[in-house]
Amino acid sequence: MVKTLAEEIRDTLAEEMRNDSSIIVIGLGVNDPKGVFGTTLGLAQEFGKHRVIEAPTSENAVLGVCVGLAMAGHKVVNVHQRLDFFLLAMDQLVNSAAKWNFMFGNQSPIPITVRLIMGRGWGQGPTHSQNLHLFFSHIPGLRVYMPALASDVRPLLQESIAFQGPSIFLEDRWLHNQQLGEYSISETSKNSKDLHRVIRSGSEVTIISSGFLLIESMRAANALEEHDISVQVIDLRVLKPLDYEFLLKKTKETKHIFVVDAGPSFGNYGKEIAYTLNLVHQHKVEPVKVISERDAHEPTSHGVIADFKVNARSIAGQIFEVVRPSDLCPNFDTLSSEIPDVPDESFRGPF
Amino acid sequence: MKKVDFLLQMRKFVEIYEVALRIRRVEEAIASRYQQGKMRCPVHLSVGQEVPAAVFGVLKSTNDLVVSSHRSHAHYLAAGGSLRRMIAEIYGKESGCSGGRGGSMHLFDKSVGFMGSSAIVGNSIPVGTGLALSQKLLKSDAVTFIFFGEGATEEGVFYESLNFAAVHKLPVIFFCENNKYSVYTGIEDRQPNSREIFKVSNALGVDSFKASDSGIFRLQDTLNSAILKARSGDGPCLIEVETYRFLEHCGPNDDDDLGYRRFGELNYHRENDPLKLLYHQLIEADSKFHNHNANLEVTIKEEIEDAFDFAEQSAFPTLSDILNGQGL
Repeated sequence: MVKTLAEEIRDTLAEEMRNDSSIIVIGLGVNDPKGVFGTTLGLAQEFGKHRVIEAPTSENAVLGVCVGLAMAGHKVVNVHQRLDFFLLAMDQLVNSAAKWNFMFGNQSPIPITVRLIMGRGWGQGPTHSQNLHLFFSHIPGLRVYMPALASDVRPLLQESIAFQGPSIFLEDRWLHNQQLGEYSISETSKNSKDLHRVIRSGSEVTIISSGFLLIESMRAANALEEHDISVQVIDLRVLKPLDYEFLLKKTKETKHIFVVDAGPSFGNYGKEIAYTLNLVHQHKVEPVKVISERDAHEPTSHGVIADFKVNARSIAGQIFEVVRPSDLCPNFDTLSSEIPDVPDESFRGPF
Repeated sequence: MKKVDFLLQMRKFVEIYEVALRIRRVEEAIASRYQQGKMRCPVHLSVGQEVPAAVFGVLKSTNDLVVSSHRSHAHYLAAGGSLRRMIAEIYGKESGCSGGRGGSMHLFDKSVGFMGSSAIVGNSIPVGTGLALSQKLLKSDAVTFIFFGEGATEEGVFYESLNFAAVHKLPVIFFCENNKYSVYTGIEDRQPNSREIFKVSNALGVDSFKASDSGIFRLQDTLNSAILKARSGDGPCLIEVETYRFLEHCGPNDDDDLGYRRFGELNYHRENDPLKLLYHQLIEADSKFHNHNANLEVTIKEEIEDAFDFAEQSAFPTLSDILNGQGL
């Protein structure tokens, strides 16, 4: 049985903690019976409550404590069940974690991994489903990871924990337990040291994406292929730093490039990529386009969510219309589930 | 106690009981229908925690304002918020109290002064403090009730807001419902054992009291004094009420099997259910209360059926509804 993303996180944390006694995991719920959706289950039993620390509901103070721990030589993994709650810790993230090493002349590495889980569907709404990866990428000094595939978790989480500065490790709740074996990647690709990865090859269109929308992009790419549109898909996996050389090299052969991004449209992360690629590619390909969420708060109501969110259907439709402007756009309705607010039919919420 | 006082007191307790029973039955109805998959959002039910909210509801004056947290059905209903519109909100309908935008965790009914509940821990505490500042500036005799759990007292903004309210002598009742758990993490893992929340807030300059939802006399009396004090311009009060959540943190189920509660703890609290205690007190005082209760159950049941029918029959917001309100 292939491990799920949640299991990979737990097993990687356990393995790293076995190998390095300086690692500490801290957060509300890390030692509760559900273990943050299974991602910290068993850690306290194996490593003790002094290394797997339950935290008060004090996000800002706890992150500051992590900074102190890190300065004193620990490697720290701070966990939040929803990204939205972590917004209380912005001061310690931006003004301490991200810059104390720089501000004191690079004399004080701050190795912290902040695991943030992003909700989707089941009425997660305005305060449980925000995708703010742009926000974190905007802060100098932070690494930002956003894996989609379970097989990427181990190398990325290992790297994140070992990194001498703070990093944000973004997890889509909907990807925790999905079996995505069909999107597994080749061994060569798996062993590659590249930050980003071509996960599907194609000749006419490139989609660049990450996280949950990478999976939706793959589904859209498969559907477009049936209409003779050959689509390459690049999984960013790491949002910051970006390897522009890799992206430029991999995209120069396809006529069309789309960045599919889960953030709101204004100042979107995809636009950062589009801007740079457009500067260099000039005239070689069509201008890079960005498919993103709206510049709007997400409603709780499930009655409207299918039309509100970017999904495989909307990605396929938008790409088809750009790539085959004179053809009638096919019906991609089968790409979106009849119940668009759950990852699978067995899901009964609330989390 | 003089007989007339006793009767008045009993009358008050009947009112509290009516509000609490209605909340209990509404929450139970949500729990029993949740698996139908029509209420597609997280729900944090108040089963077990109804009595403190009911006491508040009975003592609240028309112009008073209220804010609350993720577990706010009880406060919303006790404040007089529309049941129909709350159920419709949980159904995600346009007729919901927040137009289907917010769901169970984000309720609003301005017509009764319920100015919002928020899922983010501590999020509404400073907002309520601002409402109270306005009440003071406008020389209103209304007060603001700020509901939060003991988990929120671990947030910095709790201390910042109390300090602000104390220095400006604001008409606020900080209403801390201490149910001992933040999700599944017990208070003993989050706060020092021997320290009491109400003593901390007292030291911050906010007159603070402790009560329990099983001691209805003291609870009512304490809250009443706190309100009188705040209303008369003597500054904020905090009331810490010991209470207990019967169901899981989020969702419709019993969760004793998870093992995070102490062995026997849930059973103890169910056996000493404050709502049942109140019922027995009222029966003891007046055996005819039995009939009143039976009638009450019927009325509440009808009202709940009506609210669910209303929610079922209401329309979802359209995409343009959702986007229209967000223009800059």
